[in-house]
Amino acid sequence: MGRPPITRPPSAGSCSPLSRPEPEGRDSLLRVRNALEVEHLSVAFGRARVLEDLTFSVPERSALAVIGPNGSGKTVLFRALIGAVPYRGSVRWAPGTRIGYVPQKLDLERDLPVTGFDFLRAKTAVARAPRAEVARALELVGLSPESAARPIGTLSGGQFQRLLLAFALVGRPTVLLFDEPTAGVDEPGEELLYATIRRLQEEEGLTMLLISHELSLVYRYASSVLCLGRGKPCFGAPREILSPERIAEIYGTPVKFHHHDHVG
Amino acid sequence: MITSASSLLLSVAMAAAAGLVGSFAVMRRMTLASDAISHVALPGIGLALAFRVHPLIGGAAALLLGTFAIWGLERRTRISTETLIGVVFSTALAAGSLLASGEELIDALLGSPGDLTGWEVALGLVGALAVIGFVLGARNRLLLALVSPDIARTAGIDVRRLDLLYLLAFALTVALGLRYLGVLLMGSLIIIPAATARYLARSLAGMFAVAVAAAVLATVAGTWTAAHYHRPSGPVIVAIAAGLFFLGVLARRDS
Repeated sequence: MGRPPITRPPSAGSCSPLSRPEPEGRDSLLRVRNALEVEHLSVAFGRARVLEDLTFSVPERSALAVIGPNGSGKTVLFRALIGAVPYRGSVRWAPGTRIGYVPQKLDLERDLPVTGFDFLRAKTAVARAPRAEVARALELVGLSPESAARPIGTLSGGQFQRLLLAFALVGRPTVLLFDEPTAGVDEPGEELLYATIRRLQEEEGLTMLLISHELSLVYRYASSVLCLGRGKPCFGAPREILSPERIAEIYGTPVKFHHHDHVG
Repeated sequence: MITSASSLLLSVAMAAAAGLVGSFAVMRRMTLASDAISHVALPGIGLALAFRVHPLIGGAAALLLGTFAIWGLERRTRISTETLIGVVFSTALAAGSLLASGEELIDALLGSPGDLTGWEVALGLVGALAVIGFVLGARNRLLLALVSPDIARTAGIDVRRLDLLYLLAFALTVALGLRYLGVLLMGSLIIIPAATARYLARSLAGMFAVAVAAAVLATVAGTWTAAHYHRPSGPVIVAIAAGLFFLGVLARRDS
């Protein structure tokens, strides 16, 4: 599939600690607050059960990657988290959370007479943010004002993704939800976008939730991984979840770990 | 004369409201729903005539019902909604045609030039200004909800409520224009100038400007022409709006 094989960087052993709940009381001063706590989350559309009994948490300033094959409910999970689909169970965001959401694709006609600036300024107006945030967001994502002044339908895939990211950043969110940030972007663009996301996370102290198929990038950037798909959902540190056996189980195909064996 | 000046003002305000509401209607891909909403006014007008109430009251009441029906249906999947709209609202048109008859039916269907009372003008102006104020005031929220309801939700917008308010503004605009264009063609005054604007404009402000200008021009010129030649005003207004649309298509091809 042209996907880069999963490689383990030498620093694998020193990956960010697993965010499994620690026993209460111990190191309470050092404990990181959770940006998001999800318990027993289930979503069903009619009789079709899409998500079943998910429990996980996301510490502040960490990055959670959600992986799984197509149709495993990754986008539905995000939509449940923002309250766009009905669910059972509990979703608790830390008080004062502001969410920036970057959807996977927009059901938009390409010839709308709407410029990037129209779009970004609408967000400043709705979020009651100062207009200056538009320029700042564009700079953060590396999109030129000239591109933002064009109708959104004339932007390339990568530019449009950057516009969506800039849009999510207006209003100073504390959490970014990113649904397949690199869909429709070529490979160098993909690396660049991930580097941007990474930089933003560090500079702005953001908590990230991202859906991705790029397992090698997930391995590098995520502090924890939630996998959906065949079998039971799993949640843990990348080095734990992204083992060849687990991947094969999640995706229902041994192809990737076969790949991995040759490269690793 | 004062009355004709205020009638002119009302038709301009109504057309401006139609251009603004239409800008979002064409971007939201609700062209079909908008025709359906305007058709639903007919049974209301028919009933009002039968019970000797002001036809616009009956029309407005039916529009209100139709709006809530569309709002409820929009939650369903796209295909079933369009089918339901097609069935339910054509039925409304048929039922309305059976209720009204003769000259009244033609006027209700196609609009008629005529004098308005002071009250009609005043109420009409209030309604048109309310629609214009709503669309301009809510344009940012409407734009976000249009681009992505999910994004709009994360920005704290109550999308369902906004949808309802928009549809009510739409229905109010239809009610305002019934006098001029009738139930068959009022939807066209909302859609055609906005379609022209979508074709020509490159920004949201540009779209509003073109849509309003085209709608006002078509309405004013159409009303005058229709009165002068003793024709129903709706077809003349829509013919002019359509002419502007095709001019726009040609103009853009040239550039």
